[in-house]
Amino acid sequence: MANENKANKQPMPALTAADFEPVNINERESEVIKRESLTAWRDTWERLRSNKVAMSGLMALVLIILASIFAPMISYWVHGYDYQTNDLLATNQPPSSLHWFGTDDLGRDMFVRTWSGARISLIVGVAAALIDLLIGVIYGGIMGYFGGRVDTIMNKFSEILYAIPYLLVTILLLVVFEPSLGTIILALTITGWINMSWIVRGEIMKLKNREYVLASRSMGAGTGRLLFRHLLPNASGPIIVTLTLSVPSAIFAESFLSFLGLGVQAPISSLGSMVENALTGWMYYPWRMLFPAVLISVIMLAFNLLGDGLRDALDPSLKNK
Amino acid sequence: MARYITSKLIYTLLSLFILITATFFLMKAIPGDPFMSEKEIPAAIRARLDAQYGLDKPILTQYVNYLGNIVQGDLGISMKKLNQEVSSIVGQTFGVSLRLGLIAVVVSIIVGVTLGLMAALYHRKFIDSAVMIIAVIGIAVPSFVLASLLQYSLGLKAGIFPITGLRTPLGYVLPVIALSAGPIAYIARLTRSSMLEVLHADYIKTAKAKGLKWPAILWKHVIRNGILPVVTYVGPMTANIITGSVVVERIFGIGGIGKVFVESISNRDYTMIMGITLFYGIILMAARFITDIVYVLVDPRIKLTSGKEG
Amino acid sequence: MKKKSWMLLLTLVLVIGTVLAGCGSANETNTDSAATAPGTTDNGNASEPAATDANLAADQTLSLNLTAEPPTLDPAQAQDSQSNTALRFMYEGLATIDAEGNPVPGAAESWDVSEDGLTYTFKMREGATWSNGDPVTANDFVYAWQRVLNPETVPAPVYAYQLYYIEGAEAYNTGETTDFSTVGVKAVDEKTLEVKLTNPTPYFLGLTSFYTLYPVHQSTVEGNNAWATKPESMVVNGPFTMTSWTSGSEMGWTKNENYWDADNIKLSNITATIVNSGATETAKYQGGEIDYAGAPTGEIPTDQIQPLSQQLADEFKLTNIASTYYYEFNTEVEPFNNEKIRKAFAMSIDRQSLIDNVTKASQTPAYGFVPTSIAGLNGQSFRDMHPDSEYFKEDAAQAKQLLEEGMKEEGYTTLPPITLLYNTSENHQKLALAVADMWKKNLGVEIQTRNEEWSVFLESRKTGNFQIARAGWSADYNDPMTYMDMFVSGGGNNNTGYADPAYDKLIEEAYKGGNDLEKRMQDMADAEKLLIQENMVIMPVYYYTQASLTKPYLKGVTTDFSGAIDFTRAYLEEH
Repeated sequence: MANENKANKQPMPALTAADFEPVNINERESEVIKRESLTAWRDTWERLRSNKVAMSGLMALVLIILASIFAPMISYWVHGYDYQTNDLLATNQPPSSLHWFGTDDLGRDMFVRTWSGARISLIVGVAAALIDLLIGVIYGGIMGYFGGRVDTIMNKFSEILYAIPYLLVTILLLVVFEPSLGTIILALTITGWINMSWIVRGEIMKLKNREYVLASRSMGAGTGRLLFRHLLPNASGPIIVTLTLSVPSAIFAESFLSFLGLGVQAPISSLGSMVENALTGWMYYPWRMLFPAVLISVIMLAFNLLGDGLRDALDPSLKNK
Repeated sequence: MARYITSKLIYTLLSLFILITATFFLMKAIPGDPFMSEKEIPAAIRARLDAQYGLDKPILTQYVNYLGNIVQGDLGISMKKLNQEVSSIVGQTFGVSLRLGLIAVVVSIIVGVTLGLMAALYHRKFIDSAVMIIAVIGIAVPSFVLASLLQYSLGLKAGIFPITGLRTPLGYVLPVIALSAGPIAYIARLTRSSMLEVLHADYIKTAKAKGLKWPAILWKHVIRNGILPVVTYVGPMTANIITGSVVVERIFGIGGIGKVFVESISNRDYTMIMGITLFYGIILMAARFITDIVYVLVDPRIKLTSGKEG
Repeated sequence: MKKKSWMLLLTLVLVIGTVLAGCGSANETNTDSAATAPGTTDNGNASEPAATDANLAADQTLSLNLTAEPPTLDPAQAQDSQSNTALRFMYEGLATIDAEGNPVPGAAESWDVSEDGLTYTFKMREGATWSNGDPVTANDFVYAWQRVLNPETVPAPVYAYQLYYIEGAEAYNTGETTDFSTVGVKAVDEKTLEVKLTNPTPYFLGLTSFYTLYPVHQSTVEGNNAWATKPESMVVNGPFTMTSWTSGSEMGWTKNENYWDADNIKLSNITATIVNSGATETAKYQGGEIDYAGAPTGEIPTDQIQPLSQQLADEFKLTNIASTYYYEFNTEVEPFNNEKIRKAFAMSIDRQSLIDNVTKASQTPAYGFVPTSIAGLNGQSFRDMHPDSEYFKEDAAQAKQLLEEGMKEEGYTTLPPITLLYNTSENHQKLALAVADMWKKNLGVEIQTRNEEWSVFLESRKTGNFQIARAGWSADYNDPMTYMDMFVSGGGNNNTGYADPAYDKLIEEAYKGGNDLEKRMQDMADAEKLLIQENMVIMPVYYYTQASLTKPYLKGVTTDFSGAIDFTRAYLEEH
């Protein structure tokens, strides 16, 4: 650089190559990313945090989780109630200062039962939904990405699985394994993931011929990179929506199983099975249905709000909008 | 196209075969049989029943016999509903579920897509929130709760609709609402999410820049592209709804196939279970097949592939 | 080749499906016209002049609900209460049971019983005809009973053993002989039926009103396996003929004008919807869609029993029926192989409290096995003659002590884990939880409860894969024997592993006891004492009641000892 400066001072009649100098650009400076460097997850989190509606959903979920852990304990300390001890002299009591949510048909405190039920429902719903997500995304991704014969065969397999009478599978599972939360979750996920895989397959089929995918492929990106960096993030909208909806459907599927006697074993109960139990007499004992049903709805609402926020935060096409 | 359909058909028949096989052995693996009751049947009578229904033979023989029969189009006779043909019961009850289900499917699609589209077009405005609240309620209220609330309030208390049955057009209203509430919510959300994505895509901007009229853009680009996830969902959903909802059929006293299916499973009515499973399999696969075709029609970028890379 | 047949199959299935879907809708239209009738009743639209009796409603259409579709309408094949209700509309046995529970002439005009109680001679009713006008003859009964017993009948009639009281019936049914003339049923002539029994059976007349013993119309039945599945092919001898049947939805009957007592049948039509939901059924009842709700045709949910019994006090009814709810111990596994531990469990629950607070239908606490509504002798019930209160008493303190003694005998420091098994149902679940809670409070033992799907449950119980399990037993006929012969060693329904020669001997003697009916009853009471007081093989909980709602304008409905209901003489008053 010093040489070039010197040359500049000499008078020259005609322009030569030496007359040109590159604009003085501090390359390091221009490449500096002013915005704080964020990982993809951090980025998502930042955007999610700015979404008040989604955050209120998240807060509600956190509160419900805390309540489902601690409310039964507190109630036990204060009143000595637990979720299973009967009080046959106080059956079907309306809410009072003694029993905040009333009592059920065996005189059990509904406050304790509602929160312990929420705990069971959340465990079942979230575990089942996450397993569905994992299997569904991988399976659906492979189907959609490879297409052709792979797709046809995998697709047919999922169709067969979907068409096998689900009740038979569940009955068999419960005979083979002891009835427990794990068995219920297994029963729920055995076909639960199929819907997710179909959604993912559809999305990937749609996206895989897009220009940016072709570009990435022509630049030598491998299958993994294409799938995980390009295709799946762009399909995240429908995936997240399906995920947030599969939590409620798992919770309801569980209550349908209890309806048929294949759900969690009494006296443990889930919100769904409590609602189901209260159903025949709700016109006379509304509180037995109201509290668990409202709590289910709040959980659903919270998941949906959070899901919407996540969708917006994750979707690369909506970045900086 | 012809080749595509032929190959699909072969795959479908193969799948049905696997489905029948898997279900047959699954059914035999679970405890119980059609002739169990609280009161034990005397051994001699029991042995005769087994022989008459071929249940005394080894399972493999039973399986081969069953396959032989269905290849000849014979679904057999129900083991619990005595002397009634499986095909006749399936026909009668499916007719009922189909009529109710198709109405519910049409209602779900029209209402769901409309709501979802409105929410997307008015993103983050009042309509958007209103639609999403409706959608959440639709999902958050279990169908058995919704059905019995509707039945009690509009059926018994208000007396507007019949409490049970499909005898009059009015009788369809409550079951259709109960059946389609969930799907409406689901479709609305899928539509909204997918439409939002499309609305932000560059080709929409291009189309706008080209000066295309908004309704044309909406129809040719937005809806056509945004409807794909809905199409994926609608296929299996249709198969689900027309094959009968146990809960709705039970509460509204509808003699549909869903109720019969659950009954035949708890009765271990082997021939009925197999017959209905086969029937469900055909419907499901037909629905998926139609879904794939609709995909192609809706999105020209997807090509049909007939077994090889396309 | 294979492809072809598969395609053929697919096509066939689709075609069959479509065709039958078509048939289905056609059938339903038939039902429509019948089903709209009750609507006009509700509006009190009496455009037609009322019948002879001024008090009768113009439209005599009875609307019911059945919780399940009767699996069959072939009397030989029926086994359940829904089929029973429906078959009663259509058939009549030799005797029928009146409101007091006594056998009265039905298809038979009169009968004679021989001195030794073994030979019954029935005189057929003059003028009794089938719905197509053919006379009902003794041969129709012989044919029907032979059909039930014939090993060639497809499917094998399960209740054939209800005819084993007849001489030679069991041997013929099990194939020991193929000669039907060895069976003690004979048509002496068109109008005379002679029946010979193996042992004197005091309740045989009552049995002739049971559906397995109904007559069937020979030329209809022969050569048509599906005769009992279609309304048009059922020729019947009872007060009503079937006119419509939409699978899984509805059934309808119309008065049979050819019935001998048609003048006393007031109902013109009966329609029954098939809805398997107690809450829906009570809603239908309150909304006026049906005239009768609850057992035995349907169900009133436990949660609604108390409120409904107050709201609709005049329409609500609880009836004692011949069924017992009990828990059975598996006497072959720990810890219930110990008699003291069994007794401790049986004594440490408060049955009255369970009834008042959990089941809520005013059942009778049970300390024995034979329910209160089973007849004994001379108009007394068996329970009046042999009260169950002596068998054992509820006593938590003594129970606790028995438990400790039992544990010492077995060398336990703590009880092995115990699971109470029940089949899936809201009511069984509630009771199981409440009982387990009482055991926990009174005995200090933690009991797991476990529910299983019905068939799985039956299999578990049958194979002895349980420690203590829920059970229920309902009477087949009005005699303690229908209960007491259950626990003989190796009996088909004895899942407890209980085998006691003394018990077997008492039952044997009661069977063959001749005409000394006092002793027969005493033998059965002694057997019950062995079963419960001595060994506590089962732990009785309560004798069932059934809850029902009857519209105030529906009269003439009768219920028998077992809870079976008879609508055939019912009528609707102006309302």
